Amino acid sequence: MVFDWSFVARYAPFFVNGTLMTLFISVFGILLAIVVGLVCAGIEIARVPVLRQIVRIYIELSRNTPLLVQLYFLYFGLPKLGVVWSAETCAIVGLGFLGGSYMAEAMRGGLEAVPKVQRENAYVLGLTPMQSITHVVMPQAISTAIPGIVANVIFLFKESSVVSAIALADVMYMAKDLIGMYYSTYESLFMLVVAYLVILLPISVLGTWLEGRFDYARR
Amino acid sequence: MQGAEILLQPGVFPRLLQGLWVTVWIAGVSVGVSIPVGLVVGWLMTLKNPVVRALMRIYLDFIRIMPQLALLFLAYYGFARWFDWNLDATGACVLVFILWGGAELGDLVRGALQSIPKVQYESSYVLGLSPWQTFSRVILPQAVRRLLPASVNLATRIVKTTSLAVLLGVVEVIKVGQQIIDANRFQYPSGTLWIYGVIFFMYFIVCWPLSIVARQLEKRWSHD
Repeated sequence: MVFDWSFVARYAPFFVNGTLMTLFISVFGILLAIVVGLVCAGIEIARVPVLRQIVRIYIELSRNTPLLVQLYFLYFGLPKLGVVWSAETCAIVGLGFLGGSYMAEAMRGGLEAVPKVQRENAYVLGLTPMQSITHVVMPQAISTAIPGIVANVIFLFKESSVVSAIALADVMYMAKDLIGMYYSTYESLFMLVVAYLVILLPISVLGTWLEGRFDYARR
Repeated sequence: MQGAEILLQPGVFPRLLQGLWVTVWIAGVSVGVSIPVGLVVGWLMTLKNPVVRALMRIYLDFIRIMPQLALLFLAYYGFARWFDWNLDATGACVLVFILWGGAELGDLVRGALQSIPKVQYESSYVLGLSPWQTFSRVILPQAVRRLLPASVNLATRIVKTTSLAVLLGVVEVIKVGQQIIDANRFQYPSGTLWIYGVIFFMYFIVCWPLSIVARQLEKRWSHD
């Protein structure tokens, strides 16, 4: 086994580009997932008729199917219906579709964990509905929901590796490409592992910090 | 909605089902082997030995932080060069899913074992039970209640992740779908939509019942 450091030096810029692509897709996908999750959790909490059933069906469909199949459907299937999206759009929409349901479940769990008596007390104390939400319900809901949301963010960063299958040049794609072109298995896999550690370790640390920051009960 | 006739072509549906069987087989074997591996890993994680502890920590953290697709690449391309160990694509998938499932399940087992009060062990000892009897008759039945819902959820995750096998070249349900699409490209240009749509629902039909079972178990056992 010979590890060729000069190869690593030569192709590291490839991996930096790939990492940027992974970050780009993941960050926008996760933002979309958070928005979708908020809307869905809101609909479920407010018990909006009809929409609530639709949200339920969406959550079951999205949680019980793999991202790869969702992406293939968006990227190869939808154009047959006249909906042609770029690979980037497909990847972001796919991550948003998958992540939205996970986020919705985490957020709903957080909101439902706040006992009803808290809102009643806020009302009795003369807080307006808005104040009751921002000062009483939200802080408690967030501290319950944050660990789940952080776990989902990490999960979605990892899932984004699948977008290489629709020809997006992320880190995964770079690794496969270099192995295919130069048979440089050690070096490519090494850079692949390093790239994911560079992305995910800080997020994991940040997540732990956030959990502590919002854990009002124990602070 | 033209193009849906592709699904009624002779052989299309049976072939997709055969592909689905490969998917379910890989997932089933992986889950089946993960269970004993997870039990051992979980037991190792509860040991006080610092070396074992550190090794288990590194194992779990590495598996957790790497995307499954990256792990598949490591096993498929890496093992061949490092150990001259030429796994076929299916073998690489099963191996990775066992290592992944074993780690995740191991952590669940550790949590379940540690949540059982020490007095249970002490009482068993006083009653004259051997360590194995204590484990199999006293600890395990209680741990299983905490374990089972999460394990069923893990099984659905493994089924879903099996879809990545196509990227290593395993001929499972997605690959069969692609073959059908390519073979009918001129006759049914919009077959892509229908075939991928059907595959989407095939995964759903496999995973959904598992999710429901997990939810029911959680509900039933969360009270005691």
